[in-house]
Amino acid sequence: MNQVPLSHILFVSTALFFIGMYGLFTRRNMITMLMSVELILNSVNINFVAFNKYLYPDKLEGVFFTLFIIAIAAAEAAVAIAIIINLYRNLHSIDVEATDEMKF
Amino acid sequence: MSASAVVFYILSFFILATGLLAVTSRKIFRSAIWLLFSLTGIAGLYFWLQMEFIAAVQIVVYVGGIVVLIIFSIFLTQQSGKDLPAPVRGRVLFSTLAVCAGFALTCVLLRGYAFRPLGHPVGGGGAGAGAENMGVDASVGNIGAQLLSTSEHGYVLPFEVISILLLAAMIGCIVIAIKVKPEDK
Repeated sequence: MNQVPLSHILFVSTALFFIGMYGLFTRRNMITMLMSVELILNSVNINFVAFNKYLYPDKLEGVFFTLFIIAIAAAEAAVAIAIIINLYRNLHSIDVEATDEMKF
Repeated sequence: MSASAVVFYILSFFILATGLLAVTSRKIFRSAIWLLFSLTGIAGLYFWLQMEFIAAVQIVVYVGGIVVLIIFSIFLTQQSGKDLPAPVRGRVLFSTLAVCAGFALTCVLLRGYAFRPLGHPVGGGGAGAGAENMGVDASVGNIGAQLLSTSEHGYVLPFEVISILLLAAMIGCIVIAIKVKPEDK
């Protein structure tokens, strides 16, 4: 792995982040927006692991941050899906344009 | 170009292609399956970086947990064979412009910055025995010992906080998604 410079891994994670941003901008379905958020979180995880591996090889902080981000992502996905199911039960739609009941 | 570099470029192409398909596919179930492939590719990238524990956690939590949860919620909330409505053309145009501009800006910044390992004279591109020795000791025992250590660089407090957070999220999900019976209303 020493032949691949760190910046190439960062290019991959940047591209993945902006793919997730594109999905977040264009999609209007809540489940697909949740998928885009997962892609963004994963790109951040790749960054943490790559920085830990290349720049601080004697420490483990990047690994711990990645583990905590994965745990928080799991909690976030579970809460988001509970909210989506509750919304579907009330509105019969999971389109974000349909959720305008609290609009002022 | 060595075999390891070839593996890296194939893996990154796989991750990016399946990620792009996941955000552009018009069928929501296919989109979830492409997301599954992308997350598996990221687990492969962790294996390539020799972080076996992170790769295992990625497969267990993301591929085995979150994607299955997403597929369940797709089945619960809509007809999976139906196409999603196409996004508005102007929105696609402007988000493509914004995303390309952001990507270009980040790439320019990344190119201009020289990443150097602190306290290590051997750079990432150096070949030989010195570069071979700079591996992280990311074994499960080492991670577990530091995760539960109460000394200066231990992570026992964030570990406990995250377990409370998971418990709170679990109870919160049950409270939010519980079905209220009509006579209770």
